Amino acid sequence: MSDPREVTTESRPVRIALITAAVAVLLLFLLLPLFAVFAEALRRGWEVFMASLTEEAALSAIKLTLLAAAVSVPLNTLFGLSAAWLVTRFRFKGRALLISLIDLPFAVSPVIAGLVWVMIFGSKGWLPPATLEHLLAPFATVASAAAESENFGGLFEGLAAWLKDPKFIFSTPGIIIATVFITFPFVARELIPLMEAQGADQEEAAVTLGAGGWRIFWRVTLPNIKWGLLYGVLLCNARAMGEFGAVSVVSGHIRGKTNTLPLHIEVLYNEYQFSAAFACATLLALLALVTLGLKSVLERISGHAAAGKH
Amino acid sequence: MSISIHSISKTFGTYKALDDVSLEVPNGSLTALLGPSGSGKTTLLRIVAGLEFADDGPGKILFHGENVVSVPAGKRGVGFVFQHYALFRHMSVADNIAFGLTVLPRSKRPPKNEIRDRVHELLGLVKLDGLDKRRPHELSGGQRQRVALARALAIRPKVLLLDEPFGALDAKVRKDLRRWLRAFHDEIGLTTLFVTHDQEEALELADQVVVMRNSRIEQVGSPQEIYDRPRSPFVYEFLGNVNKLTSPDGAKRYVRPHEIEVVFAAEYDPVTDRIARIQHLFSAGPVATLSVRLDDGQFADVELSRKQLDDLGLSVGDEVAIRSRPEEV
Ligand SMILES: Nc1ncnc2c1ncn2[C@@H]1O[C@H](COP(=O)(O)OP(=O)(O)OP(=O)(O)O)[C@@H](O)[C@H]1O
Ligand SMILES: [Mg+2]
Repeated sequence: MSDPREVTTESRPVRIALITAAVAVLLLFLLLPLFAVFAEALRRGWEVFMASLTEEAALSAIKLTLLAAAVSVPLNTLFGLSAAWLVTRFRFKGRALLISLIDLPFAVSPVIAGLVWVMIFGSKGWLPPATLEHLLAPFATVASAAAESENFGGLFEGLAAWLKDPKFIFSTPGIIIATVFITFPFVARELIPLMEAQGADQEEAAVTLGAGGWRIFWRVTLPNIKWGLLYGVLLCNARAMGEFGAVSVVSGHIRGKTNTLPLHIEVLYNEYQFSAAFACATLLALLALVTLGLKSVLERISGHAAAGKH
Repeated sequence: MSISIHSISKTFGTYKALDDVSLEVPNGSLTALLGPSGSGKTTLLRIVAGLEFADDGPGKILFHGENVVSVPAGKRGVGFVFQHYALFRHMSVADNIAFGLTVLPRSKRPPKNEIRDRVHELLGLVKLDGLDKRRPHELSGGQRQRVALARALAIRPKVLLLDEPFGALDAKVRKDLRRWLRAFHDEIGLTTLFVTHDQEEALELADQVVVMRNSRIEQVGSPQEIYDRPRSPFVYEFLGNVNKLTSPDGAKRYVRPHEIEVVFAAEYDPVTDRIARIQHLFSAGPVATLSVRLDDGQFADVELSRKQLDDLGLSVGDEVAIRSRPEEV
């Protein structure tokens, strides 16, 4: 690779032209916008910047974004692991269909992904809040009773309140569901090719040595896929926090209540509060930078691990 | 512990990978499953191990007379060595070997120091002392194969199953490991069933050779029997080193190269001999091989000792008479 007399190389002027073009595009389309975000955010000073981040609506948006990610990332890690395991370790009818279904959230436009939930849970949908309230009434009673108990009552208060007035659309649960749906493929997509390539040999060896399923998972499967899994989790998290389209449809943009960070930024922008909008945008930009940094670290580690494979 | 396989069939979709296979593997024997690619060797081995399930039906697999068909793989007490080693690549050699012991239920699990001693004992057995801290990727192919063997032996299996144990190794290492495995087997006397598609390996190593073809067993016997009395043209040809000749009367004959005798053309006897011309001559090593072209255009390989070759003083292009005691098949 490092041999200067590469056979496949182009002539020198062509090389320089190509490299210049690539760098120019990189600067123009990637670094310039990133720079613009930080420049615009800090244009009216550090005070304004910090104030925009700590005002109530911003804090509530940050909280909701973290909540949506905190639910969807673990859920989709579990789903992704099970789906990848099922698809790569078993041959069954409908396997090809399952693989396509995993990709569905990637294939449909996020707007549709949001509208689907409105269609199901909206006030004119299949399961409107009134019906849900009826269906969930028994649970609501139990939850209310639990909320009244001495010790852990506090834990159930929110749940009890929601079960009495169960709404998905224009409320937090709808945002969480939309986020879970949108971020479903990331972990599975990362693991399927990896587990397919590794094959079941090591797991079968563990079986003949008498290990049970659970132990095989922790001691053989997981150590072999851990970097790929982390990578998938990282991408899943980045998307969960950055998702705009689907969440926008189900959220209803209730300020301080159902706005996630990306939605909050849009609202601010539409109200011509550019500095505040860009201040919040820096958080997402930082998330992207951290994700990229971790991603390249993971790639390096897993690259080393893969190099030592055989 | 003996293995008896009774009418086992296996179908993948519509393809019959094993068709009513029955086989006895005597206690303490080293038995080779020999056959071309796709003949069902691995499938049979995996069914014996419990990694694959035979079709429903009358099929049975007995270990020492006990039907194990419904016993899960982990409880059958088989040591399985995979063709590509299947070592746990994130674990050290010692942890690999200890794996089977560390996953035992707490009540049966030996204490840590006993496991360590057993690992060292096994490392000695497979001649890998001192490599316990290495990772699999820091070992050569032959060393990895022996780690896989030690790992399989750690659980004190009742039978040992090896899928092309030397398949991925180069010729020299193959030969060394083959000898080593034979000596090793003689020492520990574990009933062993191994898969190979190399007839030389099967004949040299095994007590009993099982020739498979197209999902069925073609012939079972000692290496001597299989080589001397092949039951079908397929076995004859698969064991290699055979000339398939058509006599002037149209009958097909199989003749091994060393069963052909070469004499001077002047000694030609029209009743038993054929006239042939030498096309090639390979004389590196103690045995020389001649490639000859018969008067009717057929080709044959002939083996003779170096001394015979020198005595006859033959070279390429010479005309000779060949005679044989061809066996009809
Ligand atoms: N899981 C499977 N699904 C479908 N077909 C299979 C499966 N495993 C094996 N087969 C088929 O069964 C036949 C026998 O395969 P098997 O692996 O037993 O052959 P083999 O004798 O071990 O060959 P080789 O020497 O190439 O390893 C092959 O035609 C193979 O394609
Ligand atoms: Mg095979």
